[in-house]
Amino acid sequence: MGADTIDKVLMTGNEAMAEAGIRAGCRAYFGYPITPQNELLEYMSAHMPQAGGAFIQAESEIAAINMCYGASAAGVRTMTSSSSPGISLKMEGISYIAGADLPCVIVNVVRGGPGLGNIAPAQGDYFQATKGGGHGDYRMIVLGPSTIPEATEHVMLAFELADKYRGPVMILADGMLGQMMEPVVLPKPVDPATLPAKPWALTGAKGREPNIVTSFYLDPEELNMMDVKRESRYRQIEEQEVRYEEHETADATVVIAAYGSVARIARTVVKMARGEGIKLGLLRPISLWPFPYAPLRAIADRVDAILTVEMNAGQMVEDVRLAVAERAQTPFYGVLGGLVPTPKDILREVKRYAG
Amino acid sequence: MDNTFIFAGFGGQGVILAGKLLAQAGTEYGLHVTWLPSYGPEMRGGTANCTIVLSDEPIGSPVVDTPTGLIAMNLPSLDRFEKAVAGSGTIVVNSSLVARQVEREDVRALALPLNDIAASLGNPRAANMVALGALVKATGAVPLETVQRAVTTMLGHKASSELIEVNKRALAAGYEAV
Repeated sequence: MGADTIDKVLMTGNEAMAEAGIRAGCRAYFGYPITPQNELLEYMSAHMPQAGGAFIQAESEIAAINMCYGASAAGVRTMTSSSSPGISLKMEGISYIAGADLPCVIVNVVRGGPGLGNIAPAQGDYFQATKGGGHGDYRMIVLGPSTIPEATEHVMLAFELADKYRGPVMILADGMLGQMMEPVVLPKPVDPATLPAKPWALTGAKGREPNIVTSFYLDPEELNMMDVKRESRYRQIEEQEVRYEEHETADATVVIAAYGSVARIARTVVKMARGEGIKLGLLRPISLWPFPYAPLRAIADRVDAILTVEMNAGQMVEDVRLAVAERAQTPFYGVLGGLVPTPKDILREVKRYAG
Repeated sequence: MDNTFIFAGFGGQGVILAGKLLAQAGTEYGLHVTWLPSYGPEMRGGTANCTIVLSDEPIGSPVVDTPTGLIAMNLPSLDRFEKAVAGSGTIVVNSSLVARQVEREDVRALALPLNDIAASLGNPRAANMVALGALVKATGAVPLETVQRAVTTMLGHKASSELIEVNKRALAAGYEAV
């Protein structure tokens, strides 16, 4: 056993994201049970009280997201989690949180859909997460972790970004990432008392002018002013917060574009393909909004095809095609129903476009 | 070198726990590890399986097409996964419950009466540990001692010391049966 392994803990993705939330200084978690996300809620129920924070199993997902609104307005780092149908219920609240410029972290452990679907892993909520979901002109930073260590880092990052840009941030996981186990090195805990002050928060107005947290502006001029201000933050996010990873793309003739669990399966496909002399690479969007349009465009100029692989009927591929335009072929391979593609499944598709 | 394993059996035969234990042992041994359960609406008497990958390098896919090792605790598991096992891979079959032989000739087949071995140690429910002991001997994936230590790590806070000892003995019995 090497020295670097001593601090590694074998955890499910759900547990690791919960622990990371507490370590990020989250002191108010509100949720409602749904598979395959339950271990996150369960972990919080045991550990949040020990950290001196609030855990409430709310009466519904709608109640939980609105409790987040309240806690965030009071200046507390707050988090909720659910899975696809439950996230749909939270969408109104997410829009209000965005409209009130409140930080909040939301974890979606995506399952098969639409409707009640099933409890197996899927990526069918990409549109909902990255293109709206709730009403009105808002955007939400969306992170798509590929491994449990990365999901842990993303929870820490999500809280930082939520505070920095004052808006909701979503971790778009899936049932596989939530249910599987992998060793993680847990991040150092953040003491909430050391976090930057939130002068806008509702902390009691004694001795100062009252703060107002609202998304309601009857006067169009006033609402326009708030919206434009928020939009300028979104432009800043698009400039500064694009995250992605390139793997073996330098000499590639075909590149897979995939995020989350599919991206880690695709890493194995790259190794298999290269063993057979196929120059395959991988571009993995890490931030799904803001999406890495420019890096994809740059790769498109030097490859034959960018094959998008998703556990849905074709959602991220629309962003890939927007980036690539006519520069390269942009085929799509997707599996539905909560099925997970195996490395062989993906390699078979790659061979249709290689050589 | 990657070791990729599928453990399969009836719900209640402990394949999920045996897989977690190997994952914990791999973690303690300093390896990269993934443990992926089948987590459908499964119940006692249904089928269950999990996939474990152990590697010196960071792991890409936790989903495995061709496992290098299979534990088949019952007949449906052998029927389902025998063909998938990689050439020169290892199949541990529970011959207490599975009447047929492994048909593949390009794999190492270990037919062991796992239930009977476990019963002889005083706990028939430890058949999963016997299987795991046999598998780690046949594949050299992790040392037996590491797996035995992982039993304490995983169960020490909730199981009696007697139960922990039975599990450790069952691991050793499987190891010695190969």
